[in-house]
Amino acid sequence: MNGSDKGDGSGEGNPCFHCGQPVPAGETWPLQIGGHTRAMCCVGCQSVARLIVDSGCEDFYLRRTVPSARVDPEQLLPPELALVDLPLQAQHHDAPATDDQAAELVLSIDGLRCSACVWLIEKYLARLPGIRMAEMNVASARLHIRRDPALCPTSVILRGLRGLGYTAYPFDPLRQGEQARRASRRLFRQLFIAGLSMMQVMMYAVPVYMTHEGIDPDMMSLMRWASLFLTIPAVFYSALPFFTGAWAGLRARAPGMDLPVAIGIAAAFAGSAIATWRGEGEIWFDSVSMFIFLLLASRYLETAARRRSASALERMQQAFPASALVLGGYPQQRDTTLVAAAQLQPGDVILARPGDTIAADASLIEGETELDLALLSGESRPQSFQPGQEAPGGAVNLSQPVLLRVVRTTRDSTLAALTRLAEQAGQGKPALAQWADLVASRFVVALLLLAAATFLAWHLIDPSRAWATAIAVLVVSCPCALSLATPSALAAATDRLLREGTLVVRGNVLEALQRADTIVFDKTGTLTQGRPQLTAFWSEAPQSRMLAMAAAMERGSLHPLARALVQEAMEQQVRPVDVTMLESVTGAGMQCQIDGVLHRIGARRFVADIAGDVLPGALNQPVAAGAGAVYLGSSAGWLARFDLADALRSDAVTTVAAFRRLGLRTILLSGDQPEVCADVATATGITDVVAGCTPQGKLDYVRQLQQGGAVVAIVGDGINDAAMLRAGDVSFAMGKGAALAQISADAVIMSDHLQAVADCAGMAQRTMRIVRQNLVWATLYNFLAIPAAAFGLLDPWMSAVGMSLSSLLVVGNALRLSRRARGPGRVVDEASSDVAAPAPALAGCV
Amino acid sequence: MEALYLLIPLSTLLVFVAIWIFFRASDSGQFDDLEGPAMRILHDDDAVPGKDAPGAP
Repeated sequence: MNGSDKGDGSGEGNPCFHCGQPVPAGETWPLQIGGHTRAMCCVGCQSVARLIVDSGCEDFYLRRTVPSARVDPEQLLPPELALVDLPLQAQHHDAPATDDQAAELVLSIDGLRCSACVWLIEKYLARLPGIRMAEMNVASARLHIRRDPALCPTSVILRGLRGLGYTAYPFDPLRQGEQARRASRRLFRQLFIAGLSMMQVMMYAVPVYMTHEGIDPDMMSLMRWASLFLTIPAVFYSALPFFTGAWAGLRARAPGMDLPVAIGIAAAFAGSAIATWRGEGEIWFDSVSMFIFLLLASRYLETAARRRSASALERMQQAFPASALVLGGYPQQRDTTLVAAAQLQPGDVILARPGDTIAADASLIEGETELDLALLSGESRPQSFQPGQEAPGGAVNLSQPVLLRVVRTTRDSTLAALTRLAEQAGQGKPALAQWADLVASRFVVALLLLAAATFLAWHLIDPSRAWATAIAVLVVSCPCALSLATPSALAAATDRLLREGTLVVRGNVLEALQRADTIVFDKTGTLTQGRPQLTAFWSEAPQSRMLAMAAAMERGSLHPLARALVQEAMEQQVRPVDVTMLESVTGAGMQCQIDGVLHRIGARRFVADIAGDVLPGALNQPVAAGAGAVYLGSSAGWLARFDLADALRSDAVTTVAAFRRLGLRTILLSGDQPEVCADVATATGITDVVAGCTPQGKLDYVRQLQQGGAVVAIVGDGINDAAMLRAGDVSFAMGKGAALAQISADAVIMSDHLQAVADCAGMAQRTMRIVRQNLVWATLYNFLAIPAAAFGLLDPWMSAVGMSLSSLLVVGNALRLSRRARGPGRVVDEASSDVAAPAPALAGCV
Repeated sequence: MEALYLLIPLSTLLVFVAIWIFFRASDSGQFDDLEGPAMRILHDDDAVPGKDAPGAP
């Protein structure tokens, strides 16, 4: 906590005082903090630090234990912030908000790093005028604020928090699964009660197991009654999820894991209660409460791990409403106002700047441009649009600012239609018979038959012991280890994957992934980077010199190909040459003077105007399918041609190979042109290629595969993939892809490494292996214990100890999954080599 | 040993009191954030001691 170890942060060579990253040489952003001059790495960090110091919170730097996050100046103040105050009024105009409602505000906060962040946020807000209370909930990353709305509008608070370097969004309880949170709170209560009950009942059970002389009958009876009362909350409150689950399973005619649990609990409790009432016979209150507690504990851990994934995903997805710049007075005036996209009406004229997403289906009325439809259709190459053409909502404007007239409202636009397609796809999804539940339900039926047989047999031999022995069969077998086998392993694996950057949002991912026999990859943005990269260079002159010229000229351009060239120059550490009179020529390229000679870069026609019509041989090679060519020339002649195309991800080949080794059929399903897809398939080793698919086509193809009996895993990133992601048996969305794809997928690869999908498959294999081991163990235990109980050989304490030990063993085995000992690359190989072994063993014992 | 005849019912009663207290605490939101209070206790409004402490009030 002491700041003295931070030393003097002034001068060069030290890391940035705010974020701890290196300060670029020659570019320090100094700031006076606590009497010292500290160097910052960028204007973003500097402005955040200045706000912290100016608001009197500079103690933050002494309190924090880890450096703060680096601040991207562009992210500091998004213009959409102004919209935050507007929709509130629009939404509530029919039901005017009371003062109380307006005064309460809940925000989602991202970017907390250590305890000092909590201190800084609360202290900073406390100093704003109009704030009555600000309290940070660290566990759920939510900030509760009570304020005077007139003095302190939402946008001021959000702007302040952004200024401090934290991402804050208005919290929407409906959207962000408030219901799930309430359910988990209930589960926590039930777990707590079960634990309390278990500990107390055990206090009365242990003396009975320990004693040799026997206990005074009156005392015994008292202890039994006490145990009965203490077990009541566990059975009638904590065990509710099992009873409702069992009932739901019965009604759906698919008895699941909950049924034996519910019957076990009910029978053991009823039997014990009757024994207590009569004053004779065995009681199993300790077993009942312990059983409930252990089951709830593993269930709680599993849902907690999944909820952490879900909330990480929520925070990542942009919570601002889509917006548009409207020209209200067109064509007389050109002033723009920012409105929420949902408010757009047909006929409105909107401005789309380069980089903007077109908010609704609209026809181009002024300017011509190139639009990126990659997320909508999967086409990797930008499409050029002329005035009069209709652009789909959701397309990204690439080159020029253009004016468009809205044709359809956002509700009816292309993007919304794709969203609906994805929703419908979800409804048709084949109901997954949970594999573990299938095993369990067979076990249940066998167990119930055995218990009934035991009861009948003992009824003939010794009617007084019939009821007790039948219950002993149910309780000793109490599929404790059996039911812990799956959830504990899933919880450990989900938690481990979360730490490695894969968010498992739905429960079936690991189980479905290890059964999958077909994997479908999208192309653009999934197997490829989704952005152009330099793939070929044609020139007589050395590449570095040409790249230096190109980078210098393209610096001022927003075109994606131009940006890719600048990026390439930076990566190769080529220093741009000096240019003068740099200017942009709309729709064509850039021109400038280098050493007094006119140079042009861009479209072929544009350069040909000064370099001559005839291309030299090297530059005249055919351009590969899907690639774009940028020409460079001067008034002295042609200089170079750069071919840029959407390049493969570096881990695409190894990932596809990993799945092929696992024996999966690999399919490339893309909306792009067939030649481009064929190239990518050849490079990665994918056998089946389906190109030119519409979103509906992709969905149909996946359904067709499923009807043929295939279990389909899907990896995608675009809006056009959303429907098939939803329909697939298990699906992954890339972390940098469209939000709609991420919502539709079962898991999200936050790290944006394709390799993570293969790692996940390896993890799925290991998880299922652990589950099988657990099930084998639990089944063996039951094989020994159930006959022993059926023949009346087992004392209750024996079954209690046996059950606890087998449960501990199962949980301990599952926890091996969360260990991080092995490198991620090896997991796949290891799993693929020995996955076949345990399967026959399982088949034999179920 | 006769004391047990009183103590066992009493302990049972105590458990139910504990359950009631737990429910009240849970309703008032005490278990909603199990991490924040541990962080907050380290940061009161005192100035942080240290040789180069900035101009704290």
